[in-house]
Amino acid sequence: MKELVILSGKGGTGKTSITAAFASLAENMVFCDADVDAADLHLILEPDFKVVSDFKGGHEAVINPDKCTGCGRCLEVCKFDAVRFDDAKDTFEVDPIECEGCGVCFDLCPDQAIDFPEVVCGQWYISNTRYAPMVHARLGIAQENSGKLVSLVRQEARKIATRENLDLILTDGPPGIGCPVIASIGQATAILIIAEPTVSGLHDMERVGQLSKHFNIPAMVCINKFDLNIDQTKKIETLAKENNIIIVGKIPFDQTFTESMIQAKTIFEYDKESQASIEVRKIWDTILSLPEFNAPVSNTVLQHL
Amino acid sequence: MIISIASGKGGTGKTTISTNLALSIDQEVQLLDCDVEEPNCHLFLNPVIEKKEKVLAAVPKIDLEKCTFCKKCMDICRYGAIAVLKKDVLTFENLCHSCGGCFEVCPENAVIEKERSLGDVELGSVNNIPFVQGRLDIGQVMVPPIIKKVRSYTDPDMVTIIDAPPGTSCPVISAMNGADFVLLVTEPTPFGLHDLKLAVETVKILDIPHGLVINRAGLGNDDVKIYAQKENLPILMEIPFDKKIAQIYSKGRMIVDEMPEYKEKFQTLFEKISQLVKKGGQK
Repeated sequence: MKELVILSGKGGTGKTSITAAFASLAENMVFCDADVDAADLHLILEPDFKVVSDFKGGHEAVINPDKCTGCGRCLEVCKFDAVRFDDAKDTFEVDPIECEGCGVCFDLCPDQAIDFPEVVCGQWYISNTRYAPMVHARLGIAQENSGKLVSLVRQEARKIATRENLDLILTDGPPGIGCPVIASIGQATAILIIAEPTVSGLHDMERVGQLSKHFNIPAMVCINKFDLNIDQTKKIETLAKENNIIIVGKIPFDQTFTESMIQAKTIFEYDKESQASIEVRKIWDTILSLPEFNAPVSNTVLQHL
Repeated sequence: MIISIASGKGGTGKTTISTNLALSIDQEVQLLDCDVEEPNCHLFLNPVIEKKEKVLAAVPKIDLEKCTFCKKCMDICRYGAIAVLKKDVLTFENLCHSCGGCFEVCPENAVIEKERSLGDVELGSVNNIPFVQGRLDIGQVMVPPIIKKVRSYTDPDMVTIIDAPPGTSCPVISAMNGADFVLLVTEPTPFGLHDLKLAVETVKILDIPHGLVINRAGLGNDDVKIYAQKENLPILMEIPFDKKIAQIYSKGRMIVDEMPEYKEKFQTLFEKISQLVKKGGQK
């Protein structure tokens, strides 16, 4: 079983549109939307939300004012500035937005005046789509533990692939290089970076490239809207070569992406003869034939972030 | 006055708005780049960096001479970062959230604080505008402490513009919490609209006045405008979808330098924000 994770560093370079386009081409696969913060893949793939489950991602400290003696021990031990003294109410309070769920105040309160309930931080779903099964999620607004939820949706996608004997997991990753991104690449076969030919696209792709090197996962790059700035495209190609990132193709600027998105279609469903469709098909064939994509997995990311 | 520029979806134009706004307004202004996973403002402004500081977090190191293997440190750690064995203790720095529980709970003072680097904060200036940015180390996951460090340089006597990261979880919250205004940037596409709705929910939870900039107006459809109208979300500026602007951006140049007529538009944007903040704005 192989897993291809689509990343970009910078947001808005076309990760989700290109992942959806691959949906029209891939066979025997399962989708995984690992952008749990601002998931968009479902807008095109229209999953049926067949199984809905709560994501219990952590705990939250709550001070019981009846038991609190006001000693201030919680304020003293909290490293996240989540405990405050409310003058009006004359009690200590935990700000749920700042609380990291570490439980130190709960453990160290001398009067057992702090509760530490498990909280629902979001939901995750197993769905059918018109192409393949899909595992996706929605992290609650302002919630912690996006990395844990990403690990969960990937594990579930893996289970489905094993059970139904599917060869490929196609994962739409989150932007950035932090917690959810690291959780989305452990044990992946390869990373595909969608880069755009802008100074920020180049800078952000370099950071994702460093991350893939750090965790020893093969990286490929596809340059989207390459004709917007040919100089920057050349810089991306040079940077890729210097860093052992395999260039799998270039896609011209094409309004087809936006037009198809508005109709909730993949670009192949919308116009399979468009310039973008032709290039995406070539890129997909290139990826499947790469030796790096057909090699056994060996990398070192810790799974329990 | 603190203005956070946020979006939900990435790549909608947060950095473009933050940098051009900072260069346009007539008051004393500072710019804080809080997208510490992918800081981009510096690419457009080329600031002179005068100072660099490490952002450190305390992680445990066990003094085995003093340790009695009582396991209290392992029991309080909810991140699985400490494993107490029969005659040894293993610590996993990458899992540690620096909550400090192990230091507090050890009866033998055998847990020693060791410092681990999370990233850097750089300070400098461009055109007399103070500039601060954070940068997460490759492979690190703890973003909020870096954002907090960047925001510790907020000067209350100035207008503070914060370029926030995308999304709706802890990094964005750290970049918006306590702001006087959140300026949401979107593009008029289904993805833009979907993520805008999430961003609006986020600012509502934080109870901060907010308004909208539509970037690449004309690209997709009218659904964003219809949503904004229904939600009473003021549209403060529209930047048309224009290949010339995309090219200026791609080269790392500033719209207000290449198309000076935009300076006034950004000034108007700032005036509208100031008025909304004065009124207490839309919440």
